[in-house]
Amino acid sequence: MGNVIRRDFLKTGGALVIGFHLGGVVSAQERGSAAGPPDAKQVDTWLAIHPDNTATVYIGFAELGQGNSTALLQVAAEELDLGMSQIATVRLDTNVTPNQGGTYSSASIQRGGPQVRAAAAEARRALLQLASKKLATPVERLEVSKGVVSVMGSPNQSVTYGALVGGKHFDLAFTGSAPVKPPSAYQVVGTAAPRNDIPDKVSGKYVYMQHVRVPGMLHGRVVRPRGQRAYGAGAKVATLDESSIAHIAGARVLRRGDFVGVVAEREWDAIRAARQLKITWEAAPPLPGSAGLYVQMRKEKTTDRVVVERGNVTAALDSAVHHVSRSYTAPYQAHVPFGPNCAVADVTRESALVMCSTQDVYATRGSLARLLGIPQEKVRVQYYEGSGTYGHSCYDDVAQAAGLLSQLAAKPVRLQFMRWDEHGWDNYGPAHVADVRAAADASGNIVAYEYAGWQHNWSGTETSAQLTGVAPAAWPASGVQEVNRLTCGGMYDIPNLRLLNHQVPALGYLKGAWLRSPLDLSFAFASEQTLDELAYLAGLDPYEFRKRNMKDERWLGVLNAAAQAAQWTPRRAAAKLSGAKVVTGRGIGVGTHLASYGGAVAEIEVNKETGKVVAKRLYGAIDAGLVVNPGNVENQISGQLVQTASRMFHEEVTLNTTNVTSLDWTSYPILRFEESPEITAVVVQRLNERYSGAGEEVMAACAAAIGNAFFDATGVRMREFPMTPSRVLAALKRG
Amino acid sequence: MAGELKIRVNDQVRTVTAAPDTPLLYVLSNELELQGPRFGCGLGQCGSCSVLVNGVETRSCVTPVSAVQGKSVTTLEGLPAWYAAQKKLHQAPALHPVQQALIDEQAVQCGYCFNGMIVKASELLSKNPQPTDAQIRTAMNGHLCRCGTYPRVLKAIQRASRMMAGVA
Repeated sequence: MGNVIRRDFLKTGGALVIGFHLGGVVSAQERGSAAGPPDAKQVDTWLAIHPDNTATVYIGFAELGQGNSTALLQVAAEELDLGMSQIATVRLDTNVTPNQGGTYSSASIQRGGPQVRAAAAEARRALLQLASKKLATPVERLEVSKGVVSVMGSPNQSVTYGALVGGKHFDLAFTGSAPVKPPSAYQVVGTAAPRNDIPDKVSGKYVYMQHVRVPGMLHGRVVRPRGQRAYGAGAKVATLDESSIAHIAGARVLRRGDFVGVVAEREWDAIRAARQLKITWEAAPPLPGSAGLYVQMRKEKTTDRVVVERGNVTAALDSAVHHVSRSYTAPYQAHVPFGPNCAVADVTRESALVMCSTQDVYATRGSLARLLGIPQEKVRVQYYEGSGTYGHSCYDDVAQAAGLLSQLAAKPVRLQFMRWDEHGWDNYGPAHVADVRAAADASGNIVAYEYAGWQHNWSGTETSAQLTGVAPAAWPASGVQEVNRLTCGGMYDIPNLRLLNHQVPALGYLKGAWLRSPLDLSFAFASEQTLDELAYLAGLDPYEFRKRNMKDERWLGVLNAAAQAAQWTPRRAAAKLSGAKVVTGRGIGVGTHLASYGGAVAEIEVNKETGKVVAKRLYGAIDAGLVVNPGNVENQISGQLVQTASRMFHEEVTLNTTNVTSLDWTSYPILRFEESPEITAVVVQRLNERYSGAGEEVMAACAAAIGNAFFDATGVRMREFPMTPSRVLAALKRG
Repeated sequence: MAGELKIRVNDQVRTVTAAPDTPLLYVLSNELELQGPRFGCGLGQCGSCSVLVNGVETRSCVTPVSAVQGKSVTTLEGLPAWYAAQKKLHQAPALHPVQQALIDEQAVQCGYCFNGMIVKASELLSKNPQPTDAQIRTAMNGHLCRCGTYPRVLKAIQRASRMMAGVA
């Protein structure tokens, strides 16, 4: 790669010397090396300027339908002074895009935004220096619009970015020292730019993972027991009769240990072969079953930790005027992407190319390399968007399974999970049990709070790997699965507070992983209802009670925004109980995940004869710091409110004493159009705060608001969800 | 056994090689490489694979290809032309009004379910050009969305209805 041009610049009036030269021709398709992620300390890793005055931004985050690919381009376009039509990104690819650490915790803007912004600012500074030479004008007298640099007051003296560097490398170190624009100057950031992906998604041109086909490939399906068994126990093949699919021409059984799959040239043949293969499995070790789940969790020898302790909780609880002590439970819930996960793998003796919908191409590459016995630098992972995943669904599992099938078949294989594979072998959001105690003084000030939570860890080994004989492991400790100090009382000013975490062993339960608003939805349901009871005992309006106990301006901001959107009028909860068959109620709640602030109000309807509960109107407010694209965030709030209603009223992974039994949309129902609530989404824009995530917090707040609304409607507390008719009728009967 | 079959898809007669019991979905995706209908459940529960058969929304994952012989299949890709034929337009628009309205409302999240949403909403508006909110909810109730886009989809269908009536 010869240097075409070399320039060294000395910025006068300061000590900063910026040296860079323009290197070889950039190709958006092939760059970097297979030896590792592109070097994050190079501006070229982040963006390229093309001769036609357009730019490519290389982003290490997955578009999951949340619009982050558009929003991160807005950040880059803003700093570069480019129009949105002049800027694009490329497919995530371990050979092409930087390692930004995976698309987790709704944090692609929070973590990626500053990096993209700084890289774009660095490139802009370099471009202006080139333009300064070219136009023989000091940088201070240049201005940029849509990638055209011109001399102030003399628009005819201009040059485009494309003409300055088009097609060449910057070969410029990413120092992070280039000044960025002040928010007051923003023109693109903070606007609801239309999402780039939507036109192709409605026309049918968008290529989802499920559409990817490669020449010479076979179709594969996995063969597993219907419904997963206890994590760690795997599933052992007892008998397998390959001749049972001999009538399906070209269909073959492939096996490594207890990992079993079939391949065929035609997809329907692969599906039929997987169904018709005669296979039996050894008896499964016991699971607690839905009925015994929470009791067993409490009985386990847990690993205990005091997450936070301040003041004297016991003394404060004992001496307070009002106190509440309650237990709550929350079920396993499933990711279940609407289109089951899919992957295409082409594994040879020396290398592997795997196309899949992972949220982290680099992590998936590492696990594939280990499983397939191929050096990591010879494994390439490319991301194609699948259907919405809301956390760690089966995308790694399907990538591993496709890799194994391709290796065994010595041909490229496309594998799509069947509905029962995805529903039955998910990494479920773990079940949760909570004991919450809280106390308030006569004026309604919270004086003591204790939250003790039981749940198991996330599971670190995918089913495919486990079936080949890899021992199950717990996910490396990250703290996220612990009782969350932010959600559990963290928004209130409480002098005496204790959070206890009881970690249940993962083996013997279901495979678990992070599901949107990971456990925060369960924490908020328990915590915010307990505090709502204190408000009731203190004779206070629940909104007023929360305001009284909050000092943080940002928490107050979302609480007020949700209340105002709902036109909240003050009164004590359950003050309007009615003897009618169908009653209504309203509730308020707050919640978070990691960094942002969520507030919600729910207005629900309860049919006391049938036990059916429907959310009529849901209001959600979020403070996610500087919001790049308020339109996207409103859509995220709307989705969170609807998904929360679905999780509160319908969703529960069911299990018997051997396996999961919720395997499709009938046995694991979700909310439908007829019950879709009216939605109000409020973005609390904070131009001068750092970006933070916007995809999880409103779920926790909304779960709390729905729980509190049920009490307002009926005078009875629901201490478990989903609020199915049978549970509601039982709760009403108990009173 | 796989044999040759002729089926009419998006106003073209296509010869495909498939066993007669093959669900139409796999023929559309693998033989004809259409991207509209897509696998969601294989059980007729979700609506991801929907197509129109003689103008009626049909789950292609549970419809044998042999059952559509002699009938007219319209996929997402063919909806603009199908709409033009219904409205006797000289030229098919780039997008069906439902598709345009979904863009206008920025209703999409992951978008995987939108094939079925668009097919079903197009069928609804062809029969009932000005549906009430309740009628839309009832018609769409068999189409699931995991992202929770229902509120914006409801708005988009109302918008499409107004566009078709020429008032938007």
